Amino acid sequence: MRLNCTVNGEARQADDVWAGESLLYVLRERLGLPGSKNACEQGECGSCTVYMDGTPVCACLVAAGQAEGRDVVTVEGIADGPVQQAFLAAGAVQCGFCTPGLVVAVHDLLARDSAPTDPEIREALAGNLCRCTGYEKILDAVRLAVQR
Amino acid sequence: MDFLRPSTWDEALAAKAAHPDAVPIAGGTDVMVELNFDRRRPPALLDLTRVAPLTEWGTDGDLLRVGAGVSYRRIIEELGSRLPGLAMASRTVGSPQIRNRGTVGGNLGSASPAGDAHPPLLAAGALVELASVRGVRRVPVDGFFRGPKRSVLEPDELIAGFLVRPGGAQQFAKVGTRNAMVIAVCSFALSLSLETRSVGTGIGSAAPTPLRATEAEEFLSRELDWEARGPVPPSVAQRFGELVAAAASPIDDVRGTAAYRSHALSVLARRTLAWAWKGFREVGP
Repeated sequence: MRLNCTVNGEARQADDVWAGESLLYVLRERLGLPGSKNACEQGECGSCTVYMDGTPVCACLVAAGQAEGRDVVTVEGIADGPVQQAFLAAGAVQCGFCTPGLVVAVHDLLARDSAPTDPEIREALAGNLCRCTGYEKILDAVRLAVQR
Repeated sequence: MDFLRPSTWDEALAAKAAHPDAVPIAGGTDVMVELNFDRRRPPALLDLTRVAPLTEWGTDGDLLRVGAGVSYRRIIEELGSRLPGLAMASRTVGSPQIRNRGTVGGNLGSASPAGDAHPPLLAAGALVELASVRGVRRVPVDGFFRGPKRSVLEPDELIAGFLVRPGGAQQFAKVGTRNAMVIAVCSFALSLSLETRSVGTGIGSAAPTPLRATEAEEFLSRELDWEARGPVPPSVAQRFGELVAAAASPIDDVRGTAAYRSHALSVLARRTLAWAWKGFREVGP
């Protein structure tokens, strides 16, 4: 099937989309946007987090056809923001695989709450797994992004 | 594989009647996992996310009617005060990303014994509204589950929503290894109605289906001091816990042992009773 949706503000089209494939597959393999990472494919790790109609979702759990006509924003779409800079400055990136999902989750948190408490940060990031950092530097990065 | 995309409820019911093998998909938090892992290759997906009435809730007489497509996030944000037990359970579902997409209708459709929404729906005596081109029927939720991941849903039926009487004191507790992203080791929901002097219970992840502890309900409704709302004697709480545990038939699996589940259920039963009764004594019905 053919899929039409808006990705990072641009009207995009993908052809020969299989009905059972995920939005994540479409983004990475058909639209050349590999920022969203493919790891667990079951919604556990959050590394594929994207916005769909303004709401953070796991792209691996959205059927491609469900994105028809929707507005998708990936980590590439928010690449110039302060969140990435804070991750760099705080040393919150090690292998980097979880980073794109965390950046989207933090972007969403700060859009909703300009001064989140530590428990609120932890709750907002509960769906994003990192196996390298132990999370402390990620929390530092969020606090830094809040200050800036 | 076909992708069916109805935009109205009538179209959705017609599509399900024409394609009874089609798998309904809403938040995708269960269905997409099965597709991603090659566990399931249905002939068609039936996307319900464009059917607006499924995402609505409102009153139906003295009941609250919630569309099957209302997400956990909206249950928490919009219905937290009316359906506190279900909202508590919803807060324990997955992660923010999962709660943004996952729906109670999907939870019912999957009919997993570990579904987090099931115990509070059982405790509240909810009705599940099922619809097809043949008509609509409302099934008490304790008659909805038929086995692990099996329900009374017919191949041509879709889950339209659920109905529940708001009010009373409700509690939910769940055992797992962390606060997020946890499939329940076991869970328990309690609902106390001062008005009808009745007790509702729901057990999760400790039997082939979610289920009520009916003997425990009858015992507690007899023993509670509804009139003066006096303290619950420890012996009553103890017996209630034992009866809840006795109603379950847990197994040993990767998440826990049967013995642990039985013990934990009796603890959850006593704790939720203490919390719910304290709420009554402090603020009234």
